[in-house]
Amino acid sequence: MSKIHVTTTVNGDEVEFLTDPRETLLDCLRDHLDLTGSKEGCGTGDCGACSVTVDGTLVSSCLMLGVEAEGKKIETIEGMAGKDGELHPLQRKFIEHAALQCGFCTPGFLVASKALLEKNPDPTETEVRYWLAGNLCRCTGYDKIVRAVMDAAAEMRGAA
Amino acid sequence: MTKNGSSEFRLVGTRPNRPDGLDKVTGRARYGADASMPGMLHGAVVRSPHAHARIVKIDTSKAEALPGVKGVVTRADFPTGLTGEDWDLQENTMAGEKALYDGHAVAAVAATSPLLAQEAARLIEVEYEVLPHVIDVDDAIKPDAPAIRPGAADHSVPEGSPPNVVRYLEFGHGDIEAGFAEADLVMENTYKTEATHQGYIEPHACVGQLGADGKGEMWVCTQGQWYIRRMCAAVLGIEAAQLRVTPSEIGGGFGGKTTIFMEPLSLALSRKAGGKPVKIVMSRSEVLRATGPTASASMDVKIGMKKDGTITAGYANFRMQGGAFPGAPVDMALYCAFAGYKLANVKHVGYDVLANRPKCAAYRAPGSPMGAFAVESLVDEMARKLGLDPLDVRLKNAVREGDKASYGPTFGSIGLVETLEAAKAHPNLKAPLGPNQGRGVACGYWFNHGGETSVSMAIGEDGTATVSVGTPDIGGGRASIALMVAETLGIDYDDVRVNVVETGALGVNEPTHGSRATFASGKAAVESTNQAIKEMCRRAAAEWGIDPEAVEWVNGAAQPTSSNAGKFAPMTIKEIAAKMGSTGGPISGHYEGLPSGVGASFGTHVVDVEVDPETGRTTILRYLVVQDAGRAIHPAYVEGQYQGGAVQGIGWALNEAYIYGEDGRLQNPIFLDYRVPVASDLPMIDTVIVEVPNPGHPYGVRGVGETGITPPLPAIANAIEHATGQRIRHLPISPPKLLKAIKSAAPSGPTLQAAE
Amino acid sequence: MPVIDVNLWSSLRRFAGGEEIVSVEAETVAGMINALKKAYPDLAPALDAGVSVSVNGEITNNRFAPLEEGSEVFLLQPLKGG
Repeated sequence: MSKIHVTTTVNGDEVEFLTDPRETLLDCLRDHLDLTGSKEGCGTGDCGACSVTVDGTLVSSCLMLGVEAEGKKIETIEGMAGKDGELHPLQRKFIEHAALQCGFCTPGFLVASKALLEKNPDPTETEVRYWLAGNLCRCTGYDKIVRAVMDAAAEMRGAA
Repeated sequence: MTKNGSSEFRLVGTRPNRPDGLDKVTGRARYGADASMPGMLHGAVVRSPHAHARIVKIDTSKAEALPGVKGVVTRADFPTGLTGEDWDLQENTMAGEKALYDGHAVAAVAATSPLLAQEAARLIEVEYEVLPHVIDVDDAIKPDAPAIRPGAADHSVPEGSPPNVVRYLEFGHGDIEAGFAEADLVMENTYKTEATHQGYIEPHACVGQLGADGKGEMWVCTQGQWYIRRMCAAVLGIEAAQLRVTPSEIGGGFGGKTTIFMEPLSLALSRKAGGKPVKIVMSRSEVLRATGPTASASMDVKIGMKKDGTITAGYANFRMQGGAFPGAPVDMALYCAFAGYKLANVKHVGYDVLANRPKCAAYRAPGSPMGAFAVESLVDEMARKLGLDPLDVRLKNAVREGDKASYGPTFGSIGLVETLEAAKAHPNLKAPLGPNQGRGVACGYWFNHGGETSVSMAIGEDGTATVSVGTPDIGGGRASIALMVAETLGIDYDDVRVNVVETGALGVNEPTHGSRATFASGKAAVESTNQAIKEMCRRAAAEWGIDPEAVEWVNGAAQPTSSNAGKFAPMTIKEIAAKMGSTGGPISGHYEGLPSGVGASFGTHVVDVEVDPETGRTTILRYLVVQDAGRAIHPAYVEGQYQGGAVQGIGWALNEAYIYGEDGRLQNPIFLDYRVPVASDLPMIDTVIVEVPNPGHPYGVRGVGETGITPPLPAIANAIEHATGQRIRHLPISPPKLLKAIKSAAPSGPTLQAAE
Repeated sequence: MPVIDVNLWSSLRRFAGGEEIVSVEAETVAGMINALKKAYPDLAPALDAGVSVSVNGEITNNRFAPLEEGSEVFLLQPLKGG
């Protein structure tokens, strides 16, 4: 099958790649752009490990085709820390709260949590739990993840 | 940093950031599917759509004719003549004469892209002769069930047993009939649990390379790189030493990544494709259909109890299927079932039964959750009937140090009573319960494990330390080992780097399994460190010209044991390390062995639920885990193990199950239908870390990974009975099942019991 | 050499003349296993298939684990963890 040329913006950088039209955005990020921070846990949009934002909207990149990325602005886990490497408060709080064990679901949780806090800087525990219900974690039982998100939100409100 | 409990240590018991944290929050950490190699091909696997079928013919010609296809393998490409467990592994890797379950691999193909490999896999034509199949364990044990593997029964199976019974086991002590005669109440019930999957979020993935010279390399997500090496070598007939296996970061395992699945296929394809590396990444449905679920169980339990709660006798008869291969953990289920109870009279009978399902793999305290579900449910039913407090009944019968375990040996130091007392004292026990709400308690047990262990540590020129361990870091192992080494050495936590290394770098290590990493690799790391310390003391002594025996290690420095030994200022690790090139060369320490002194771990859980009488949905209101850690090296990761184990148990109790159709095909091989708990299903999971130090470990560690999955199954069933009056003895307690029980119970609706 | 009382699980007993506890002379776990096989050849298949041995309450895979008079020894099915 002939490939399609796609130009898009990932973490602020314009990138180009050739994709088979059957490939997902996740495939393209991982296999064509070497951005392997987004993970495939299910391929069916159930686990959230591939979460990215596309023009500011949180999506499962395994459910979007690579060709649909044309002209979009995509943010992935690799773009979350500052250019100087300074961690986003969420990243810092995940480490401090031991909110990761194996760490495989962590990029997806961080991207999804960031999207939540941009929409709702002061979420209740229940709001955090429902927003993150599309992200599966099998190690932590979610307790420390929810605490880390709440704590990061509090810090970000204080700093703002 | 907050200390937990005892403050006798400088670092042990604190909560520093994990050393691999930065890599894991930035997406940099490399997992199984994140590696590429030059010239790499991609593999895809053809799987049987039938539960049980003879493979008549495999035609690979169309696939091989497809441009870009570099190799196809079937069982014909594997050596013959394997026996025992090796044969089982080979047969599970790639079907031989028969496909034994839906999802069983029958062929594999390598091509230049993943999409092309999948296309080629679809072009492989397999002709099957479909055979009668059997799925449920109670059906599989019937004398007229389809015989899955005639001749697979071992020496333990009495003659005349049904064809799918492959292992039989019986043990106990005392006289159960006499025990039942002493009881005021004797009850017997049957309990069933369904197969569940470990559900790690990272699907199996590897890149394998194997040349015509028999030398190979593998990058793989695994709990145990040496197990991968040994098993792949056995299945492929190559030499273990020629295969170098590097573990990636691992995205969860829970026991399911202690064995091989498609790893030998990548090597076999690579060999076929002229030694090019072949990457295979499983899809989620492949993971669910063809990798390690746990066993399903059908269990009879009979218990005799006096009016005061004293248990006079226990009997358990468990039937478990672990797929089309021997190995259901019926032995461990039975060992753990009554482990918390001091019993004069107990008898266990077990059957390991074949069924047309994937070969079960270990899953967190293998067998123990099933055994606990049966016994802890019945104990609760009886306590309720006799009007006794369920925690008091357990305290009355609880095993203590010096008691004989239900499975025979005498317990050393254990902390069951301490967990029960801590649970009783917890504020959750006083929380008021409203309508449709109930409280359940249950206990659980796991042995924990030592196992083959090799660790190496070396002092750097600047006085920092590098530790090489063979146990992949699943849940903070690097952090706990770094804490123990830094504590022992008297240096900062940040001055220790712990690396998980490949098979060429150490002697053989068992996987991170059996809750052993912090116990065994930790103990080995401390022993290695003590060796290095001894050498540093020796060098200081030589410098000072005194007897090495007169030098001790205090706060990261060598010093004379007393002023009689000599008057010298302490020589720090930095000073000793800086000079090591001219004082005898590298300073390092090693440990190779089977660490002894394993300490078993008990836990007690208390759960409050609310059941919606309109829908049958159970909501967890409060959840408390109390478990004996021995000592918590990094309490945050100990809590994490308790919380994660509990939530896996909650999923098993309420929702998760392998669902098969009449055709023997798995009906729910995606996460949408195999629904694990999500954040909105749960409250915070409260934890209490009980510390009854294990005298067999330098810092008192027991191991914390597994016990926590055990009590939730019965605790939730017990809470649901408290809430609704309905006793459900077959997991999962899904909304339709519970609703049916509620509706059929009484025309006036559920019988709500007053909260205590 | 010390005399060791070895506790067999029930379904092993039929291979050892019905005895629940059998006594053999041995100084190590391996010596105990070998002595058992010699005294009760019918036990050999079960012992060769692999057993875990509990010595004084601790399950060990170390065949050289020392035994002494009065050591508590139980044979158990081989154990594995997750």
